[in-house]
Amino acid sequence: MKKSLFINAGIIALSLGLAFYPLGGYQEGIVILLCINCVAAMGVSILTGFTGIFTLGHAAYMALGAYTTAILTVRYGVHWLPALLAGGLIAILVAWLIGVPTLRLTGDYYAIASIGLGEAIRLILENWQSFTRGARGFPGIDPYTTRGLAVAMFAVLTILMFNLLDSRLGRELRASRDDDVAASLLGFNTPHSRMKALLISAFYCGIAGGLLGGYMSFIQPSMFDMMKSTELTAVVVFGGLGSMTGTLLGSAAITLIMEYFRDISQYRMLIYGLLLVVIMVFRPEGLLGNREIWDFLPHRSGTHSFGKGRRS
Amino acid sequence: MENKIVLELSNVDMRFGGVLALDNVSFQVHEGSLTGIIGPNGAGKTTVYNIISGVYSPTSGGVRFYGRDITALRAYQINRLGIARTFQNLRLFARSSALENVMTAAQNRCREERPAEGYFYGFVESALHLGRWGSVERKLRQTAMGLLDRVGLADRAEQAAGTLPYGMQRRLEIARALALGPKLLMLDEPAAGMNPEEVFALNDLITGIHKDFNLTTLVIEHHMDLIMRICPHIICLNFGAKIAEGTKDDIQNDPEVLAAYLGGDDAEDGEAV
Repeated sequence: MKKSLFINAGIIALSLGLAFYPLGGYQEGIVILLCINCVAAMGVSILTGFTGIFTLGHAAYMALGAYTTAILTVRYGVHWLPALLAGGLIAILVAWLIGVPTLRLTGDYYAIASIGLGEAIRLILENWQSFTRGARGFPGIDPYTTRGLAVAMFAVLTILMFNLLDSRLGRELRASRDDDVAASLLGFNTPHSRMKALLISAFYCGIAGGLLGGYMSFIQPSMFDMMKSTELTAVVVFGGLGSMTGTLLGSAAITLIMEYFRDISQYRMLIYGLLLVVIMVFRPEGLLGNREIWDFLPHRSGTHSFGKGRRS
Repeated sequence: MENKIVLELSNVDMRFGGVLALDNVSFQVHEGSLTGIIGPNGAGKTTVYNIISGVYSPTSGGVRFYGRDITALRAYQINRLGIARTFQNLRLFARSSALENVMTAAQNRCREERPAEGYFYGFVESALHLGRWGSVERKLRQTAMGLLDRVGLADRAEQAAGTLPYGMQRRLEIARALALGPKLLMLDEPAAGMNPEEVFALNDLITGIHKDFNLTTLVIEHHMDLIMRICPHIICLNFGAKIAEGTKDDIQNDPEVLAAYLGGDDAEDGEAV
């Protein structure tokens, strides 16, 4: 109980720092991007890290969020806040449609389907010219994603995420990840558990997409391709499966490195690849393994976060 | 002396391809009883559990729980009616702490298919850590600690389940099953891999739990002695069929049981197995 307060206070402190530390325009942009990427990565993390379902198509949910928000604000003059939430809800709806047939069974069914989903959504966006303007992209989005909004969204969604993981839902997801049979014999409807994780996950990515549109003022289908999807999953693996702080750290590290090397953009992917290889060689479990960052502090009497046991 | 029928299997067949794993098995379990199921390896004991708990559905035949037909229900639904079990080859959440293992079960503590009042809170309360979240989490922790204490693992609560010694993991599974607040507890080879001393302590634990919680209990074992010591009522399976049922003395003097365990005289029985 006390730990929950500490975590929430820590997130708020971090967010206040991000929101009010004086920064130049370029650095502000990086903070916004950082927040957006962290939100999307948390979405993938609850599904892949905490429920054990791999995905290679989560950029599709970002695309749905981005296009829904953009179309609603530009074409229909909707205020950005309801538009942003609508983006998240559309992502949830599509996730549900994909989840019903694929999450019944354990295994990699969802991963395979997600590749198809990612490509299908991108192709629809590219070819539905009259509605999405196709591959030319969708310009003229009101730049509503200020540093304040991005950080506020990051703060709220991070607090909700950590709270959810430290609750009956968190235990349910981890149980169905660790042993599907045991979980169902403890009374969990495990296909439902997986569905809950997917819907939350899609919502986070939808919101991240909507924020991205509001930051860039311009979106196009190629921003949400297979590359982006694999990047999202790679970040989560990089941070450590089953570690939410690892996901945030990994996402921050990758975002900053990619931004730092923007000048030599041809070689960025080289560095990105090298970084992933180095991590996988030296820390195959990811940056933090399956532990949270405060579990590395000298140990008090309490448990590890989210019910992880000590090893001795 | 016992009254209500808790569990009733009638003419259950289970076929895996060409193998008939259970052959026309029928038995009843009465409320408050402590029943043992024995039989040599491969006799179909665990298959019986898998059918009752809904991991498999039988090829034919039916299972009733308090008179209700549960044959077609899924595993989680059967569990929510109040049937908890342990596993022969442990299925703990190995990386989670012992406490977390038990709390995970306790949050599904049943009252007629729904999590019991006082053990439940909703999604919004989860996300915001408001409302019932604090009090229920405290209660789950208390319940879990109480059960860990009951099976003698209170001082290991924070340890990862997978790193506990084998005998303790078996007891942790029992605590986890009890946390569900079941009406029927099914233990699958609880003594497997234990040394004689541990088996002796397990004796007391099982009979103690049965008495304290007034809990209808089924125990599978192929160690005859454990079953003989603790179970007043015994069912014996061999090659998927029930070959005997009765008290300890009935079983010990049953020629078919003796044949199954000691190897009968094939010529005399006329069976080439």
